[in-house]
Amino acid sequence: MTANTESVDAIVEIERLSTRFGDAVVHEDVSLSVRRGEIFAIVGGSGCGKSTLLREVILLQPPASGSIRVFGREVIGLSDEQALPLRRRWGVVFERGALFSSLTVTENVTMVLDEHTSLSPRLTGEIAALKIALTGLPADAGPKYPNELSGGMRKRAALARALALDPELLFLDEPTAGLDPLSASGIDELVRNLRDVLGLTIMMVTHDLDLLWRASDRVAVLGQGRIIGTGSMTELSELADPLIREYFHGPRGRAAREQAWKRNSTSPS
Amino acid sequence: MPDAIKAGDPAELTVAAAPAAGSAANAARCTGVWTVAGISGLERRIDALQWPAAGEVAIETSAIVALDTAGAWLLQRTVRDLEARGLVVRLIGLRPEFNALAELIASRGVASAGGAPARRPGMLEGLGRKTFGEAREVIDFLAFVGESFTVLWRSILQPRRIRWRAILHNIETAGFDALPITGLLSFLMGVVIAYQGADQLQRFGANIYVVDLVGIAMLRELSPLMTAIIVAGRSGSAYTAQIGTMKVTEEIDALRTVGVVPQELLVLPKMLALVVVLPLLTVYTDITGVLGGMLMARTQLGLSYRVFLDRLDQAIVMSTYLTGLCKAPVFAMIIALVGCHRGFQTAGSADSVGRQTTISVVQAIFLVIVIDALFSVIFNMLDL
Repeated sequence: MTANTESVDAIVEIERLSTRFGDAVVHEDVSLSVRRGEIFAIVGGSGCGKSTLLREVILLQPPASGSIRVFGREVIGLSDEQALPLRRRWGVVFERGALFSSLTVTENVTMVLDEHTSLSPRLTGEIAALKIALTGLPADAGPKYPNELSGGMRKRAALARALALDPELLFLDEPTAGLDPLSASGIDELVRNLRDVLGLTIMMVTHDLDLLWRASDRVAVLGQGRIIGTGSMTELSELADPLIREYFHGPRGRAAREQAWKRNSTSPS
Repeated sequence: MPDAIKAGDPAELTVAAAPAAGSAANAARCTGVWTVAGISGLERRIDALQWPAAGEVAIETSAIVALDTAGAWLLQRTVRDLEARGLVVRLIGLRPEFNALAELIASRGVASAGGAPARRPGMLEGLGRKTFGEAREVIDFLAFVGESFTVLWRSILQPRRIRWRAILHNIETAGFDALPITGLLSFLMGVVIAYQGADQLQRFGANIYVVDLVGIAMLRELSPLMTAIIVAGRSGSAYTAQIGTMKVTEEIDALRTVGVVPQELLVLPKMLALVVVLPLLTVYTDITGVLGGMLMARTQLGLSYRVFLDRLDQAIVMSTYLTGLCKAPVFAMIIALVGCHRGFQTAGSADSVGRQTTISVVQAIFLVIVIDALFSVIFNMLDL
């Protein structure tokens, strides 16, 4: 499951990134890289700047200093026009979905396609239906409006929209936040399947330990504005750093880990 | 794989004119970048292709250099279309890295384009639906008015349920904060009336009657009406937007669950505040309007302030002033009730908040003018 040696080129590279809000330092000297084809997770306590980091990578917020390269291109300081070719190559799923509430699920997807391609309405409709099916939504979800969907379905619909242009890179902000355990584990599987089938690179922010154990290849732990550890979950859980230990060996951390082990022993893969 | 989007040829599908020698199958060939960016226009070209009427078609796919779900779907759809015409289709030579994707797309059932397109109702049906909708809105509004007055009655019986702080806050935002704009507009209105009247009155040497003109027009009609229209635009829209947004974010439901009647918290303070504040604003705009007229009468007709005020005393009887003023609380009720009702009618989306706010302002102004006309008829019958 881990990234193959043949595709180690970095899709996202963050170097010496610092962020400040006024006097408050959010990140100091953060460096990490996401390799092609891997599911990379950023974890950390609430308010440690995980989502801010993600927002900086997807050009929604400028950092104070440092460099961020996506597909080998420096993204800091790009104009909207320069950023467009990059934006077409990645998809973003926001924490609360951020579906356009005045459009149906299908329209949410076709709108993106119409904006960037000149395909016929028939074909965009079919592609949208395909994307909606890929994310595991039933076909009758298409004509529904976002406020008629449950939280888990909304997440999937947001994922369908993010996949509209067949991106190579997918950003997920808390993909399982606010979902019941069953829907959340559905998302775990979905994320892995999509990566395998569509060859996506996925960078996600989460604090869901189950999702981390089940779906992530590598994890960076963010704490006190720095990266305090990077590695697979197994590697991280053996580190001695008190913050990491607290995170992974609390009661919930242990439960999630045991679950992951159980799963692995019952389904050898 | 999709790196080639920037470079590389656009997707293409070509059909050989005749079967190659020594082969029974007709040959077709896919080339280029079969991605969402690469397939634009390809669809039309595929539709225009001349396929053999029957037999076998072998589609050579080894020259597809990039494939994504959109491209895979278009390929799959073409295959299905051909098979539906009775041809036997074989895909050959697809690069191994695309196999998983092609299989995934092939395994999906026929992806329909989001169901049948919505049927457009006929003219008669449209008219019927519209009429029915309007009638239901009227009934809804009446129900809302009834509900609000029930809540008002309950509050009067238990005065400690009245939210004085909210009322005072609304008085400030809807009334005090509106002083500059209503005052300025009313002043200008007084100026305009005096200016227009002066020209006509001067011809008859009836300069002094400009006082009657300005005084009666402002006090009886213009000042209450204009103030109501401004307040409807300022505060009515704000009421709708506030309640509408609360509806979208489920705050209204949250209020109900903690045992607060939303009307009591959101409608009553606004209604009571506006009923207090709109008459006060009207008195204020009466004054600024007359001041505007007074200024114009002096510069245009040479009427001194003293003469103007003396004449005003004779020209305006108490009933003129009161007929204007007594309309204000009614207008206030309409504005507050329409604004709040529209807010509660909001459903679901940000779009809906905008739509309801527009309707709120239009409806409030419309009703204010209609009620004003009704008042005129009634006062006329009462000889006021």
